[in-house]
Amino acid sequence: MDIAVDIASGALILIGSLFIVVGGIGFIRLPDVYTRIHGASVIDTAGAGFLILGMMLQAGFSLVTVKLLFILAVFLFTLPVVAHALAQAARHEGIEPLLSEDRTKRGVSGGDPDQGGRP
Amino acid sequence: MFVAAAAAILIALALVVFRAIMGPTVFDRVLAGNSVGMLAILLLAVMGFLNGRPEFLDIGLTYGLLNLIGTLAVLKFFRHGDLAYDIEEKRDS
Repeated sequence: MDIAVDIASGALILIGSLFIVVGGIGFIRLPDVYTRIHGASVIDTAGAGFLILGMMLQAGFSLVTVKLLFILAVFLFTLPVVAHALAQAARHEGIEPLLSEDRTKRGVSGGDPDQGGRP
Repeated sequence: MFVAAAAAILIALALVVFRAIMGPTVFDRVLAGNSVGMLAILLLAVMGFLNGRPEFLDIGLTYGLLNLIGTLAVLKFFRHGDLAYDIEEKRDS
């Protein structure tokens, strides 16, 4: 039983680490602000969620589990607020989302991902 | 396991900080700053478990709440140019 809980928590922590690295790569690879919000969401929901779930299994029934649950709740409540406010502020500022026509016009592989979505 | 998680968080931190330095618009930098805060909370929790002292989670909770306030304050500043804008101002989005 103890070994089963250890294996489950290890697997959850490794899955969370994988999602965190994937979100970090998304920050570099995705082409404009609106798509990079997706990378941040991957870090903060899937990555942090799996990681904190694994740590909760590791901690057992104690106050630590309650604190981890609160941290997860803070993550799940604040990230949508931040993402919504950020997208609205960027839209208000006049940054246009990158559309698929721009992407085909630029060429899928030849585009410069560091131009803020401007071709 | 926790070592692997800490390494993954550090790799993601490096990538996110790279985006915060390179980011073409200010919103990239704000988003990267928010993600740096979130990853710092996760790193605090993982380091607490690595050292066998999970009391670092309190600091993580406080930091999470401050992170939200800081990000929203910066976004409001860049949207209105002021943190105390007029309430009668037209809010078109």
